[in-house]
Amino acid sequence: MEVLVKNPEKKIQTERLTGSEAILKCLISEGVETIFGYPGGAIMPVYDALYDYEDKLRHILARHEQGAIHAAQGFARCSGKVGVCFATSGPGATNLITGITDAQIDSTPIVCITGQVTSHLLGSDAFQETDIIGISMPVTKWNFQVTRPEEIPMALAKAFYIAQSGRPGPVLIDITKDAQQQSFDFAYEPCERIRSYQPYPELKEKPLRMAAELINQAKKPYLLFGQGVALSGAEKELEAFIEKTGIPTASTLLGLSSFSTKHPLYVGYTGMHGNYGPNVKTNECDVFIAIGMRFDDRVTGDVATYAKQAKVIHIELDPAEINKNIQTEVAINGDAKQALKALLQLVNENSHSEWLQEFHACAEIEMEKAIKKSIQPNTELMTMAEVVRKLSDKTQGKSVIVTDVGQHQMMAGRYYQFDQIKSHITSGGLGTMGFGLPAAIGAKLGEPNREVIAIIGDGGFQMTIQELGVIMQYQIGVKILILNNNFLGMVRQWQQLFFDKRYSFTELDNPDFIKIAEGYRIPAQRVEARADLEAALDQWLNGNGSSLLEVVVEKEENVFPMVPSGSCVSKIRLE
Amino acid sequence: MEEKEYTISVLTEDKPGLLNKLTIIMSRRKININSLNVSTTEVDGVSRYSIVATATKQDLEKVVKQIRKLVDVLGSFLYDENEIYYQEIALYKLSLEVFQRNGLLEKLIRHHGAKIMAIEDNQIVIEKTGTKQETHELYEALGPYDILEFARSGRVAISKSNRRTEAFIRELETSQSNTLSIKEF
Repeated sequence: MEVLVKNPEKKIQTERLTGSEAILKCLISEGVETIFGYPGGAIMPVYDALYDYEDKLRHILARHEQGAIHAAQGFARCSGKVGVCFATSGPGATNLITGITDAQIDSTPIVCITGQVTSHLLGSDAFQETDIIGISMPVTKWNFQVTRPEEIPMALAKAFYIAQSGRPGPVLIDITKDAQQQSFDFAYEPCERIRSYQPYPELKEKPLRMAAELINQAKKPYLLFGQGVALSGAEKELEAFIEKTGIPTASTLLGLSSFSTKHPLYVGYTGMHGNYGPNVKTNECDVFIAIGMRFDDRVTGDVATYAKQAKVIHIELDPAEINKNIQTEVAINGDAKQALKALLQLVNENSHSEWLQEFHACAEIEMEKAIKKSIQPNTELMTMAEVVRKLSDKTQGKSVIVTDVGQHQMMAGRYYQFDQIKSHITSGGLGTMGFGLPAAIGAKLGEPNREVIAIIGDGGFQMTIQELGVIMQYQIGVKILILNNNFLGMVRQWQQLFFDKRYSFTELDNPDFIKIAEGYRIPAQRVEARADLEAALDQWLNGNGSSLLEVVVEKEENVFPMVPSGSCVSKIRLE
Repeated sequence: MEEKEYTISVLTEDKPGLLNKLTIIMSRRKININSLNVSTTEVDGVSRYSIVATATKQDLEKVVKQIRKLVDVLGSFLYDENEIYYQEIALYKLSLEVFQRNGLLEKLIRHHGAKIMAIEDNQIVIEKTGTKQETHELYEALGPYDILEFARSGRVAISKSNRRTEAFIRELETSQSNTLSIKEF
C-alpha cells in the first residue's frame, strides 16, 4: 500500500508483533474500547491475541453476527464513536451484511474486521471461504483485503479515517489467517489524508449568499432537517439559526431528537407517517431549506409533485445527494455545522407568526382527526400510540429511544416527545427488522449513564431475540418494551388499506415472551389492562438493570396520518 | 429527457477490484455499458477508465457523482461526443484466398484508411482505427467477402480541456478538504 504521510526524516519506532496483535494495537491507537463480535476458525488468531488484551479492549460476545453489527451501530449512533465488529470468514462475514447495508444507508461509522482463509486458499472454495470483498462492495463506503501483516496498520488507519470522516459509513477489512499469524515490524500512524478522498468539500461563499438572500426575502420559509445535523454535531447551530430566522422547522425520521419537539418553532416530523402540517406545507412554502437530509422517497412521496412551488436550498455534505431526487435552487455543499455557522451571520432576524399559525391550524386538525383517536382511544386494549405517549411523559422525553421497524417505530417517532439530543436510534433507510434489541444493547454500552429504551414489536423482537443472552451475560441495563399485537402490524395495515384486507401471512402465534425473558434471567411483566400500565411502567423503569415489559395492544391499530407510497405529500390521509 | 451516447472518463488509483466497484454503480440503475477501456495514464499509478454508455444526461450525471464517491476514484467526468477526442480500433480477419481472388479489396482497405496487420496461415488480418461508425462502415464493406472474425475495442478518449492530469492530482493532494475546518465569511 502507498505511504499516506511521507516524512522520511521521522524515525519510526517499530516492534515485532503478529498481525493479530497489531490489529488490536491499531484499535487501541484509534481509541477503541468496545468490540462486538463472534469468533470462528479464520479469526481465531485475533481472538487468541484478544485474550491478553481484556483489560484494554472490552469484547462483547453477540449471539449472532447480525446482533454484533447492529449493536455496533447502536453504539456508534449513540456515542458518535466508530462501532467495531469482529466476525469470522464465510457465514460469519455474510451475517454482517444486513447490518453493513443498514449502516451504509443510514451513514453510520462502522469498522468490520473479518477473518479470511489463508491466502494460498483464496479462490479455491476452501472451508468457510466467501468473497466478502465482492459481496460487500456495493454496501460499504470502502473495503480492503489484507493478505500480508505489513498491510494491517495502513488498512486500519485508512478504515478509521474513512468510516468517520465526511459522510460516515461502514468499512470492511478482510484479513487472511496467515496475515494474522505472521510477525512483522509494527508501527502505527493514523491516516490524515487520502488524495482520492475529499470528505469535506470546501464551503463556497456564493451559494451561502444566495441562500441567505432567499431566506431573507421568504414569506413562507420552511426548514426540514435530517440526520446530518446530529452527524456533524450541529444541534446548537441549528437552534440558533431557527431562532434567529423564525422559520417553522420539521424533522425527518432520522433527524428526530436533534431539535426539541417542545420548541415553539418545531412543527413536527415529516414523511409517510409524519405530521399533517409539515407534509402539507411542503407544497405551500416559498423557500424550502433542507439540511443534512437526502429526500428519501418515504419523505417525498411522489417527487414530481414535491415542493414544486418552492425554491429549494439544500445543505448537504455528500455531493452525490445534491439534485439526486429533488432539483435545488441553491446547493450548499458542506458540513451542516460549518454551513449553519456561516449562514447564521448572513441571515436577518425575522419572525413568521402568521405562517407558523398555519402549521398550528394543521396540528389542530391532526389532533382532532388522528392523534386523539390514537392516544385517547376508546378501544378495549391499549394502543401503541398511548403507550408511547405515556412513556414519553414518564421519562420527560429524555431517554434514548431505540426502535425496531414497523408500526411501533412510527408510533415512537410520532408520540415520543424528544427533548434531548442524540436520543433516537432507528433503522431508517433500510428498515431492518431485528435492529432494535441489539442496537439498544450497543447504545447502552455507548452511553451507560443514559436510560436506553428499546421499543420493539412482537415480529421484530423474534428476529434477534437471541441477543437477550448478551444482556444477561454482560448485565446490560436496557429497558425493553414489547408492543405486542400478534401481527406484523405494518404489513397488515397495508394489507387492510391496499390489498382488500387479505391478511396473507401476517398473523403471529407468539411464544410466552415473559418466560423467554425469565429464561435469560431478565425480570419481565405483561400488561393487558389500561389501568395497570402506569404501575407497570414505574416498576419496569425502576432500577439500573434490564427489564422487559410486554404490553398487549390492539390487534388492528393503524398508523395515521399516512402518505400512501408514491403519492403526493399534500394528499396525506388523516384517517 | 433524451437518451444519448456519452463517455464517462474516470481517473483512479491503480487498485484491484475497482472495476467491479465502478460497474455495479451502472448496473444498479440498469444502465448498459456499450464499451469500457482501462489504461494507464501519463501519471504513475493512475489509471483511466473510459466508459461509453447510452442513457439520459441526467441519469449519467448522478452516476458520475456516485462514481466520484468511491474512495479510490480521483476524478469522474461526463463528456458529450464533442467534448472529447476519441478513437476505437477494429480487427477483421479474412481468408487469404478470398483476399487474393478479389483485386478490389486492397483498394477498399486503402480507401477506408485501414491497413494490413498480418498475413499468416492463409489468413489476413486488417486493422482499422476510427470511430464506431467508421469501423462499422468497413465492416459492411467487407461483408460480402466472408469475414472470419471481427473484434472492436472499447473507446479510448481524452478530453479537449486544458487541464493536466498531474496538476489535477496535485490539487487533490494539497486540498484542505481532508479535514473539517470552520470558515468565517
